[in-house]
Amino acid sequence: MFRRIDKAADTVAITFDGIPMRVDIELTVAAALLSQGISTLRTSVVGDRPRAPYCLMGVCFECLVTIDGVQNRQACMTVVRDGMAISSQSGARSLDEGC
Amino acid sequence: MALRKIEDLHLLDREYDLAIIGAGPAGMAAAAQAAAAGARTILLDENPAPGGQIYRSIERNSPARRAFLGKDYWKGKGVLKAFLQCDAAYLPQALVWSVEQGETDGKVSVELRVSAGGKSSIVHARRVVFATGAMERPMPVRGWTLPGVMTIGAAQIALKSSGLVPDGRVVLAGSGPLLYLFADQLLQAGGNLVALLDTTPRSNWAKALPFLPPFLVSPYLLKGLALLAKVRRSVPVFNDIKAIEIIGQDRATAIRFQAKGRTEEIDIDSAFLHQGVVPNNSLANATGCLLAWNDRQKCFQPELDTRGRSSLPAIYVAGDGGGIGGALVAEVGGRIAALAACLDLFPEKARRIGPLLAKHEKRRRVLSRGRTFIDTLYQPAATFRAPTDLETIACRCEEVTVGAIRDAAARNVVGPNQLKTMLRCGMGPCQGRMCTATITEILADVQQRSPADIGTYRLRTPIKPVPLREFASLPLTPDAVQAVTGDHSDRS
Repeated sequence: MFRRIDKAADTVAITFDGIPMRVDIELTVAAALLSQGISTLRTSVVGDRPRAPYCLMGVCFECLVTIDGVQNRQACMTVVRDGMAISSQSGARSLDEGC
Repeated sequence: MALRKIEDLHLLDREYDLAIIGAGPAGMAAAAQAAAAGARTILLDENPAPGGQIYRSIERNSPARRAFLGKDYWKGKGVLKAFLQCDAAYLPQALVWSVEQGETDGKVSVELRVSAGGKSSIVHARRVVFATGAMERPMPVRGWTLPGVMTIGAAQIALKSSGLVPDGRVVLAGSGPLLYLFADQLLQAGGNLVALLDTTPRSNWAKALPFLPPFLVSPYLLKGLALLAKVRRSVPVFNDIKAIEIIGQDRATAIRFQAKGRTEEIDIDSAFLHQGVVPNNSLANATGCLLAWNDRQKCFQPELDTRGRSSLPAIYVAGDGGGIGGALVAEVGGRIAALAACLDLFPEKARRIGPLLAKHEKRRRVLSRGRTFIDTLYQPAATFRAPTDLETIACRCEEVTVGAIRDAAARNVVGPNQLKTMLRCGMGPCQGRMCTATITEILADVQQRSPADIGTYRLRTPIKPVPLREFASLPLTPDAVQAVTGDHSDRS
């Protein structure tokens, strides 16, 4: 959905749903995934419909993902870190982990 | 002197004179001003770097690298420099999720609950300035929840902070100064903008005309006109758009709209929506500051005196979070609120602070010229504030439709808070940020009451979801212990 017009000094390795990728160091998780052509990060809680980052400034909560095992993290407010494991969410979060 | 960046919550002082929340123009200016006046100052901000949204990534960007961001953006370098050189503490990537005003021996103070790096802590301050900025007014249209649809503000953030340009065919839709500013930035950055849909009602021009004279001296006039002309030369612009629908199954593939009585459809890869900005007042609302309806800007904002003091005497609000005025007005507003708080804390410094306050108040009057014209011209059309398409989703989190809200409104639901318990609108993780404006406007429309009378959601802390383990690890107050155990002794 987006392409980068300039490059950062360095990259980090992350995974999204198990797929490894290298992304620029200065990006948020949401920006990093958008730069890789990934926009659908979860499905909605009631209707199970695809959802993507919407506001990129921390107010809409559309970009919720699981980061390193912690559910419902705001991808747009979290900066990528080397080794970060990100996964998409399906519907509501579950109660048994990461609360 | 230089700003002291704090990396860990343990390194916080026990108490500060002034805490400032938000590192946009208002917050940065407030910190610089308060520190210069001798206040022990801390600024807490949710983002990793200063700038807020308007000056996002200003520290890292340069005209050489991203010239297309424009002159108004580079003005942020001035206030950034003052902030970086000031004698204050700065805690980035910190979410202030609760603020409580307390009183001991007749003296008010505040307690902030802050989450940073996976831990929460309590910060004490004698006064606080909320510089929480603006957020985009929701623009609920059919299909606005599809991937491929974002706000124009989001697209601009992606460009400013990540150098991301949308791939493929782009359409911008909505109203307000940002629409044309971003169109120009996008074109300069190499984006493929295929159409601009301007929803500004033609009738707004007649309403705004009486307010034109003060705008004629505004620095924004010539810039605005030049921008409009430039964008119109490069891109097809459709005016006075009455209805918009985004089409697609699992992502947006087309946008359908009505222009001059005809229905048009354009294939897209992405659409960006915008209906102006409203104060981001979640924290003020949850803290219990009184809010008032601004009928010209069609939003709720904290009730403030001329120097930014809210209905709670230890709490000040500066910048767009207290009422939309733009970056330059926000910067001056930050200085005024910080000085007013310092005057309150250090009455003995009145002789020094008084003239400074007068100077900045005068400057704010000058900078605010022409605002009424802009507000009136870009007042969003009723059809986008109180949508009538029953299938359109109003509450994105809980997927509550306009139809369900209109139906409940017709059954004489009392207000937004009762609607929450009936339909769950505003009960999802965004805590109503994305639907509260729409809910108020629909209730007002159906019940023929004023939005001021309808009111808005009563918010509670934490203002964003915080893990339970962070609550559990906070020190217990005697009141909290008593609430659970019935025991009056202090176990903290």
